[in-house]
Amino acid sequence: MPAEVVDVVDRGNSKMSEELKFIVFSLMKVGAVAGVMMGMIAYVVLAERRVSAFIQGRLGPNRVGPLGVLQPLADAVKAFFKEDFVPAYTRKVYFWIAPALAMLPPLMAVAVIPFGSRLGGQKMVVADLNVGILYTFSVVSLAVYSIILAGYGSNSKYPFLGSVRGSAQVISYEIAMALSVIPVFMYTGDLNLSAVIGHQTGGIWNWFVFKAPISFIIFLVASFAEANRHPFDFPETENELVAGHNTEYSSIKFAMFFMGEYGNMIAGAAIMATLFFGGWTLPVFGLDKPAETLFVGILHILIFLAKVVVFVVLAIWVRWMWPRFRFDQLMDLGWRRLIPLALANILGTALLLWALN
Amino acid sequence: MSDQNNDRKRARTESPPDSGRSSAADAFGLQRSERGPGETMVMNMGPSHPATHGVLRLILELDGEIIINAVPDIGYLHRGDEKIAENMTYTQFIPYTDRLDYLAPLANNVAYALAVERLMGIENKLTPRCRYIRVICCELARISSHLLGLGSYSLDMGAMTVFLYTFTEREKIYNLAEALTGARFTTSYTRIGGLARGLPEGWTNALAKFLNEVEVTIDDIDKLLTRNRIFVDRTRDVGVISAADAIDFGLTGANLRASGVEFDLRKARPYLVYPELEFDVPVGSTGDSYDRYLVRIEEMRQSVRILRQCLKKLPGGGLNIDDGKTVLPPKRKVQTDMEELIHQFILVTQGINVPPGEVYFGAENPKGELGFYINSKGGGVPHRLKIRSPSFVSISVLPYLLKGRLISDAIPIIGSLDFVMGECDR
Repeated sequence: MPAEVVDVVDRGNSKMSEELKFIVFSLMKVGAVAGVMMGMIAYVVLAERRVSAFIQGRLGPNRVGPLGVLQPLADAVKAFFKEDFVPAYTRKVYFWIAPALAMLPPLMAVAVIPFGSRLGGQKMVVADLNVGILYTFSVVSLAVYSIILAGYGSNSKYPFLGSVRGSAQVISYEIAMALSVIPVFMYTGDLNLSAVIGHQTGGIWNWFVFKAPISFIIFLVASFAEANRHPFDFPETENELVAGHNTEYSSIKFAMFFMGEYGNMIAGAAIMATLFFGGWTLPVFGLDKPAETLFVGILHILIFLAKVVVFVVLAIWVRWMWPRFRFDQLMDLGWRRLIPLALANILGTALLLWALN
Repeated sequence: MSDQNNDRKRARTESPPDSGRSSAADAFGLQRSERGPGETMVMNMGPSHPATHGVLRLILELDGEIIINAVPDIGYLHRGDEKIAENMTYTQFIPYTDRLDYLAPLANNVAYALAVERLMGIENKLTPRCRYIRVICCELARISSHLLGLGSYSLDMGAMTVFLYTFTEREKIYNLAEALTGARFTTSYTRIGGLARGLPEGWTNALAKFLNEVEVTIDDIDKLLTRNRIFVDRTRDVGVISAADAIDFGLTGANLRASGVEFDLRKARPYLVYPELEFDVPVGSTGDSYDRYLVRIEEMRQSVRILRQCLKKLPGGGLNIDDGKTVLPPKRKVQTDMEELIHQFILVTQGINVPPGEVYFGAENPKGELGFYINSKGGGVPHRLKIRSPSFVSISVLPYLLKGRLISDAIPIIGSLDFVMGECDR
């Protein structure tokens, strides 16, 4: 930290220093979260390849570094140095914007998720918004633009079909997703995600996965669909639409779509861990209270990351065990099963809460 | 100048000329529906597409995701095998049969050799050991082909793990083929009147071990797919072929049996030692993609059963017909015996002397009835050789099955028909 900053911080109580402190720590948190997120994306790709290899009786990438841990580095270098081929007849602007937009929503969505309790005097969340979950949903829904623009900008038939499928799917499942979490907030009475975590402390039965199991199941399915993950990877469907909306992309532009998918997966896992599995808390050893010491603070962050990893591995596992749905079956599942179920769930929860009061 | 720039800009940003409107698509016989321009889209699926299994090209007319019309465009792998056959001896054509259904070369070798032997009237003279080994070849090829068929079927539906499970087993089959024939892929194992070589030492044990392992894999696939809700939803009632339609189209093999017609050449027109072996012929009920999957799974189990019986009953004795005019005599005899030397010289330079006449022989291959029609005017070279390819027939059903279905349905339909372009295009 530069000398002046320390100076200002030391001087204490003036309003100026408070603001500066906020800016400095916020920037640090943004940097840390974005860095961890990008690192996780890189290693989730590796994990996917190693886990799939394990499931399929292969070895997977194990040549670069010990156990292949440097593989993401090699992949990144490869992605950058590949020829960035842009076919004729593309709509250039959209073609360029789409991959950039692919990465944006997951990076923005994690901003409101509390990834730990406290470290020193700081709350471990980039933005402790009082409308937390609304912000998350609004940001996540931006993901559809990347798919639409990729299909539109490519000006080619397979990407076109892929993006039409993808946009329909993302928009439909957003509804189911948003409806599914309403019971959680009916219990909490607050949209702030830190408050949701606070509500799940004091015993494992307070986790919303047990209080609102239907919500969790719907959310799990919808988050797979939102992230365009198998078995709902319709924008891509490599065996039907070659590579769907990213057929015409190459080099780092293609890698951006790829990273966006994994980013969505991680963001979805983080939201699930927060909403249904108590976030950074564990109902043992008093780990569900905000940290007093540095050690416990770091432990809380690790607990949160561990929960995220569990969901990421679940997503990987599902991908390698199941066939893919058909598109109309997916829409059927979304509109005719999940949304009515979510509505009934809301009604049931409301009646339950009314009866309890 | 600016006009030119504008033109160039427009050329870059506007859509490419709609190839669907041009005669290219219509030239392949696509009967476009009576809709206005812009109502439908013509899409090219293949020849290089992940789900078309080789170099099949499908021209689809789409209304959204619904296929209104489909025309298969075949011939990308045409090599003129039938014409090539007219220019070489009967023995020299054996390597070309490897390349028909290249997933089951051993079975093709056997089918061709049997056709020529029937034409020569020496089918009954084959030694028992030769017959049993040929049956082993056929059934091993059937397992290999069905494994790949099911593997790529599920791969196309997104279940990649099944594909890799099956490929692990196919690798073992290739190892067995390598030990048996010296080649993993292009086996060229049969000879007219016998086989290229006998079983290597320890091969039967290796085969018995493989049978135990492949049974486990078949059960694994069964567990992963048969009752998987997603798989069942995607394949049941998709691509239904009624029994009457199947017969009208001339479908054979697993595709015909899935439609409920119990017709298996191994039972209906028995050859080799199939009458001595016990096995069941699985039959489907509705003829949809799911039934075709079930029939193939069960056929693999029956093949394992046949192979076990073959291993138990495998007789000793000679491998080839004891006739120097048909089968190359042993090298030592050629070097010491005048008669054998002459036989060898004639066989190598002129080929086997086949009497004039014609024959059609169809064998129950993994993909269906692989038939060879041979017309001979005598001498060492066929006058005309026609191959009846089951894959060609299976592809001919595609336009009827695809009409009115979704693009996503094309995938299980193509996968379940399990054709191979090497055999279709010949």
